[in-house]
Amino acid sequence: MPSAFLGVLVLNPASSLDSMLDSMLVLAATPATVAKAPIIAGDPLALLVPALPILGLILCTLCAIFRVKSKLPAFLTVACLAGAFVVTAKLFTGHDGGVSIASGFQWMTLSWGEEPGQRFIADFSLYLDSLTILWMLFVTGLATLIALYASEYMSHDVGLGYCRFFAAFNLFVFSMACLVMGDNLLLLFLGWEGVGLCSYLLIGYFYKKPSAVAAAKKAFIMNRIGDVGLILGVMLTFVHFGSIEYREIFAAAQPYIDLAKAGKFSEIPAIVQLIPILLAVGAFGKSAQLPLYVWLPDAMEGPTPVSALIHAATMVTAGVYLVARTYPLFLLSEYALPIVAWTGALTALVAATIGMAQFDIKRIMAYSTVSQLGYMFAGLGVLTSTGAAFHVVTHAFFKALLFLSCGAIMHGFAGQLDLRKLSGVGFMKGWGVVGLGMFVGCMNLAGFPFTAGYFSKDMILAEAFVTPGMAPIGWILLLTAGLTAYYTFRVFFRVVVGPMHYEPGDELHHAEEDSHGHDHHGASEADAAHAADAAHGHAHTHDDHAHHEHGHGAHFHPHAPGWAINTVLATLSVASIAAAGLYFVKSPYEGGMAHGGAVPGMVERSSAAFETPFSHHGVGESHETIKEGGHEGADGHAPAHAEGGAPSFVPTSIAKSQGEAAHAGSFLGWDPHKVMYYVSGVVGFVGIFIAFILHYAGRRTAATARADALLPAFGPLAGWAQNKWYVDELYDLVVRTPLWIVANIFHLFDKIVIDGLVRLVGGIPRFIGGMVRPTQSGELHGYAAGMAAGVAVLLFLVFMLTMR
Amino acid sequence: MMTTLAQAGFPAAMHQITLAHYLFISGAMFMLGLIGFLTRRNLIIMFLCTELMFQAAGLALVAFSRFHMNMTGQSFVIFIVTVAAAEAAMALALVVLLFRKRESLDAAEWQEMKG
Repeated sequence: MPSAFLGVLVLNPASSLDSMLDSMLVLAATPATVAKAPIIAGDPLALLVPALPILGLILCTLCAIFRVKSKLPAFLTVACLAGAFVVTAKLFTGHDGGVSIASGFQWMTLSWGEEPGQRFIADFSLYLDSLTILWMLFVTGLATLIALYASEYMSHDVGLGYCRFFAAFNLFVFSMACLVMGDNLLLLFLGWEGVGLCSYLLIGYFYKKPSAVAAAKKAFIMNRIGDVGLILGVMLTFVHFGSIEYREIFAAAQPYIDLAKAGKFSEIPAIVQLIPILLAVGAFGKSAQLPLYVWLPDAMEGPTPVSALIHAATMVTAGVYLVARTYPLFLLSEYALPIVAWTGALTALVAATIGMAQFDIKRIMAYSTVSQLGYMFAGLGVLTSTGAAFHVVTHAFFKALLFLSCGAIMHGFAGQLDLRKLSGVGFMKGWGVVGLGMFVGCMNLAGFPFTAGYFSKDMILAEAFVTPGMAPIGWILLLTAGLTAYYTFRVFFRVVVGPMHYEPGDELHHAEEDSHGHDHHGASEADAAHAADAAHGHAHTHDDHAHHEHGHGAHFHPHAPGWAINTVLATLSVASIAAAGLYFVKSPYEGGMAHGGAVPGMVERSSAAFETPFSHHGVGESHETIKEGGHEGADGHAPAHAEGGAPSFVPTSIAKSQGEAAHAGSFLGWDPHKVMYYVSGVVGFVGIFIAFILHYAGRRTAATARADALLPAFGPLAGWAQNKWYVDELYDLVVRTPLWIVANIFHLFDKIVIDGLVRLVGGIPRFIGGMVRPTQSGELHGYAAGMAAGVAVLLFLVFMLTMR
Repeated sequence: MMTTLAQAGFPAAMHQITLAHYLFISGAMFMLGLIGFLTRRNLIIMFLCTELMFQAAGLALVAFSRFHMNMTGQSFVIFIVTVAAAEAAMALALVVLLFRKRESLDAAEWQEMKG
């Protein structure tokens, strides 16, 4: 994309901040009424955050060039990423809650006139505010841990594949840093495409596996569909606001924000209202929301650390980040946030129903990720960007933990991921940490009371009921919370606890029989179970034969995770539990709001709050006080309509914000903020309890559970859910098949008409040649006779002419 | 103006050899050579036939030269004879080579140029 803007491309690392500052001020395409805050120079140390992963990338490339056959690239990566994390932590401790810009170098500067809006500036500068730092804290922290995990997980690929993996890993973190820290939308777009590329490279890591290659392509193409929306949104932003730098955009949008607060949406140009919708399309693509989510479950073809980092914890939250970062723009359209909210809520529900019916534990986790991302979008849509961001953070920890635990199981049981073929893993010797990790992760995901996931989910749920007109979303999310608790503990009760029993998968990578403390006791038990299984006549003999043929003998030994995996799982378990504490810690900045804890306290200091930091004078105002209080109606979840009758919940919520602290919506007559703790706790309990009854109580083998007996009661629904509601088939029917038909029609047209014309033109000389060909007999006498005849004719003609 | 043999005095004045006699011999030689070339298949014979046509042309030139008292024709014939000698050496060598390839002198053996 950058090459498309062939402009004055100046690379000047020593560009002084002052000149940049001047150019920014000169450029301001904003009405003079907007007072601009002075730009604060950010800590130049921030530049190390993107620089260290680049260093890691270079080192891994060098390792590849020098054919390093050891775990060196992994540890170089861990060192670089840990460095980036330390720098981010230092930024966090030194941050005062304001906005500062750490300028790197001039990246692109285009100028075609002196007027405002006739210059295009995109510098490689980092926008440091609390939202950026919050995001980079968990991105770099998790990346470090997952790199450490991957050092063991990818150990069977030591060599070139190992270098390739970690090089892409570093590139991913760099791209993510650009995405999150960039001070303009183009740098965000660079990072956006960068993470998409890394996602593609890493999903397709096992490039000899056709399904992995297909999944990589699917992810890439689906993301491009969303990116069309994003790039159009960025272009419209530039066209309308005259800049793509956040500061400029927010300052230029301020008059519109004032209009939106007054509820005068009709006075805001339609083109401005279109921007957030286009940006939302981009966010839906990257964050796997409803029409575009199908790539994410397939992305599980990649190695598990990749699934954990990119497709659960960080990259897929980029969409949430985009919406949060450009939140002021989303307030400008009366439709943008409702679209976001409804898309999120429906995605959460659909993905949860699919997740309930899957058997592949990694896929269940993938669908739960889609579902939780839906939660985050619903949170953004119901005006709780703080809750959404809190959920992003807690989700990042516990989902990474869940994925890494699943990965450890997959790694140890030769690729076995079917929950019908694994049972009691948590109690096998050497698997305790994995079992604990699964337990902590499942508790968080299910929203068990006093876990981090409980608090963050709760925030979104409560706000959904508070925000006028959004109560249906609250009910959908509450239902989803119950389903989530059920399917999460379905995995837990079947795989982690219960009778010990397993069948290995079909990926037998290596025979490191002696490393990794082996568990003969567990193995012999498992063998007994295996024998019993065979006696029962289960249809698994195929797998067993495969083992015999691979020369592993009749006894498969699951190898328990080593120190790296265990360390990471333990750390993440602790972090997931500790994340709940964030809810009780006060905002790290002065004057933060009392409710919600540290993470919301950080978010509300950034552009993701209702009021941009540029117009923000009293930060002390709690965001809840901003919520309007006009709807005391008995049925609190009836859609609230503004005066004009338009479905504009945003104006009502913002317009009447001044000074009213009462809550608008209600949950069956109670205050949602208070009652939601109990409601969501009960819903979570119910889900877990149903899972306990159906999948644990009385279960004797891995494959059978009481749930199976209930399946007929659901009729075809169960089968449809298991087949993912046939969404892939629908895409096939709606998109692929018509394209295929049209392509075939064009192919035939090409074959018949175009090729026909070409052949006709070529055929004419050929035909004439064919006619003349017999004259060339190749016989000497023929030619001689021809010459003689020719001379004779010539002579005859001469005679005839001269005789006359 | 066309001069027939009768107008040139043939055969009435046999005692005097005129240009027409020479031209008649020349034409006869040329026709013999041509017919031989077209009918015979032996490469050497065909080659000799071409020589015959060559010399027919040379004879006509010498005759014209003598009767018109213009030495250009005669000098030209010297060239022709020289070239013919060289060409004969070449052609016979070629014939030998061709014979070695096919163990035959039949011209019909060679039809590489058939389209």
